[in-house]
Amino acid sequence: MTEEIIIAGFGGQGVLSMGKILAYSGVMANQEVSWFPSYGPEMRGGTANVTVILSESRISSPVLNEYDTAIILNQQSMDKFEPMVKAGGVLIYDPNGIIHPPKRTDINIYKIEGTLIAAELGNVKTFNMVVLGAYLKAKPVVKMESVEKGLQKSLPARHHYLIPMNLEAVQKGFEGLELVQAV
Amino acid sequence: MELADIINPNNLVYEKPKLLTENTMHYCPGCSHGVVHKLLAEVIEDLDIQEKTIGVSPVGCSVFAYNYIEIDWQEAAHGRAPAVATGIARTNPDKVVFTYQGDGDLASIGTAEILHACNRGENIVVIFINNGIYGMTGGQMAPTTLLGQITATTPNGRDAGRNGYPLKITELIAQLPGTSYVTRQSVHTPATIRRCKKAITKAFQAAMDKKGTSFVEVVSTCNMNWKMTPVKANEWMVENMFPFYKPGDLKDSSKTDPESYTPIKN
Amino acid sequence: MGELRLMKGNEVIAEAAIRCGCDGYFGYPITPQSEVMETLMDREPWNETGMVVLQAESEIASIHMVYGAAASGKKVLTSSSSPGISLMSEGISYLAGAELPCLIVNVQRGGPGLGTIQPSQADYFQSTKGGGHGDYRLIVLAPSSVQEMNDFVELGFQLAFKYRNPALILTDGVIGQMMEKVVLADFIPRATEEEIDQKRGSWVTNGRKPNRQRNIITSLEMDSGRMEQNNLRLQAKYDRMEEEDVLFEELQCEDADYLLVAFGSSSRICQKAVDQAREKGIKVGLLRPITLFPFPKKPIAALAKRVKGILVVEMNAGQMIEDVQLAAGNVLPVMHFGRMGGIIPSPGEVVDALEQKLIGG
Repeated sequence: MTEEIIIAGFGGQGVLSMGKILAYSGVMANQEVSWFPSYGPEMRGGTANVTVILSESRISSPVLNEYDTAIILNQQSMDKFEPMVKAGGVLIYDPNGIIHPPKRTDINIYKIEGTLIAAELGNVKTFNMVVLGAYLKAKPVVKMESVEKGLQKSLPARHHYLIPMNLEAVQKGFEGLELVQAV
Repeated sequence: MELADIINPNNLVYEKPKLLTENTMHYCPGCSHGVVHKLLAEVIEDLDIQEKTIGVSPVGCSVFAYNYIEIDWQEAAHGRAPAVATGIARTNPDKVVFTYQGDGDLASIGTAEILHACNRGENIVVIFINNGIYGMTGGQMAPTTLLGQITATTPNGRDAGRNGYPLKITELIAQLPGTSYVTRQSVHTPATIRRCKKAITKAFQAAMDKKGTSFVEVVSTCNMNWKMTPVKANEWMVENMFPFYKPGDLKDSSKTDPESYTPIKN
Repeated sequence: MGELRLMKGNEVIAEAAIRCGCDGYFGYPITPQSEVMETLMDREPWNETGMVVLQAESEIASIHMVYGAAASGKKVLTSSSSPGISLMSEGISYLAGAELPCLIVNVQRGGPGLGTIQPSQADYFQSTKGGGHGDYRLIVLAPSSVQEMNDFVELGFQLAFKYRNPALILTDGVIGQMMEKVVLADFIPRATEEEIDQKRGSWVTNGRKPNRQRNIITSLEMDSGRMEQNNLRLQAKYDRMEEEDVLFEELQCEDADYLLVAFGSSSRICQKAVDQAREKGIKVGLLRPITLFPFPKKPIAALAKRVKGILVVEMNAGQMIEDVQLAAGNVLPVMHFGRMGGIIPSPGEVVDALEQKLIGG
């Protein structure tokens, strides 16, 4: 099994850290992982994306031109990455701020109201964890206990008190995933 | 009286420092470098630090300083001696490290390196030979060349509009909190030579005591490129350089006044 | 088995340096490699191993600090990215001339000039053909994974000390910024002064001991005859590297009709391209030079006799291709595919280029 994912949105949405927790979860599940971010000043307020690959075998290219899953969190990223989802692949998006919803008919499309759910949880910073939960519902590539271990590994000890809140957000996202189109 | 009666340790009034090698110096007759080399050899011998001293020679006439004093040496790229010395001193904190640099090396191409090494307060000694001219390359203008002074690249004299002003880099360095001892000396008379030796000794002692950077400028002559006799060059130096580059201590203190450099609270 | 971590390539350079008993790091911030010094400053190795970490005023100062420390027999490194390496080129030439062992890491970005902070492999010529003035070579290692970023730190030092020559890790923003699993090495203690005197040779300038002559570290020699002897000694050393320390990796070359040659991050992209091409029925193999100097001439020459064509894939306008052409000889088409400006070629583009430039599809 190899899962090739692009997570793309605005800087500040927690795109990179979501990818990082996913990568750590893969490590905890004894998978091979790679995490390759866009980097530099473009990250500050501009678009940010990260390619995460989870695999049972050695990972070749950390940079890809097609993805099994695209997690899309703003319009620019939709424009760029919708065409790069493999036929039969998965696209998950948060409709907040999306003017042109996905048009592909050969891929599975899901929605997650991540912004709304995070606001309801009372902490908008959990947005990325909500989206992570939704992704794990659509693609159960790692178990929830690996996510918990991944959070423990990726967060510094002084932030460990935040783990229960983050896990709750993951759970809400898991429950909040909506199927738009199945192929 | 037999020869052995004359050459007798009891009669010894002066000898070549043991740390000076037998190599014939390549410096021009009348050049100040030889005197300063001798003082360095004496000081290192007096302090008994020849086994833990590392010298860094520059690019310029004194590039070959390593041929003349019996210690370990490194030869640095032009202007970079303070960086090289920083590398040695930081990774060998129990050693004594000094640079030996001319005015082109220290005050022109190596300005960044000397200012930052002094500002960090590296535990090194800097010997700065200022003769107001590029010696090795044939007498071109240096940053310290006086206004009106004739050199190969200022054939009608240094002009402030065209060439800028002579740089009092030692005054700049004295302001830096990393320096503990900054002085300007010369070696044109027996008295100034003795005074300069005291200054070099004090500088080495400060480095050994981890007081930060010690900086000894020696206002010097380059009679060859100044196109003068050695005696005339000494007179010219006293008459023209001393009024601008005034001999004496510019700073003599322990490293920094902590009151004036209080870290901000985080 | 060492410790397993998920880390960025840049962070691993710092961790590996601490663990392999480095005495010092001297550097200056530049994207995309600033995490090297940031990680070191955060780790505070001076408390743990006594390793010195210093933020210098410039790349020029950094490399000359490396010179000073290396000349005193210490195990020291610096890191930078392309424009910073250009500034260091003066010092690198002096290090090579004075035959000093040290490690330099170049996390490449696109050029020329200020260029871009995005990844590139456009410093191949600079790294393998000298870069600074004079006839000299660096030992150049090209890691293609975060694990190799770890492994090549100690390997680089071993080769640097073996040959008394600077070693360079030539990587780029892809490997530097990427996180992968890495097994960290166990700690090696820093060498004591006695060990430096005994093991690292009689040349070190750390104070003239009573039992030896004074040492002088210099690249200067005014006598032309003696200077030529110095040059010949250097060239003999570089020849010995070619005999003894060429490293490369071959993937799926046994039955290959076509060969890809790529190093570093490009070789990772090509691994995927090989799989994609083989799914299309094109038998492709990959040769990955691990040492860019000394260059794996012999394995390329051997494969050139077996395959129908070679595609050299680099993130530049065509640099390593010259070495591949020299090694392969004029017996088969050797083509180039590259992207520039910080654009990373995709595996699909490589397959397309292979079909268009070599197969004629």
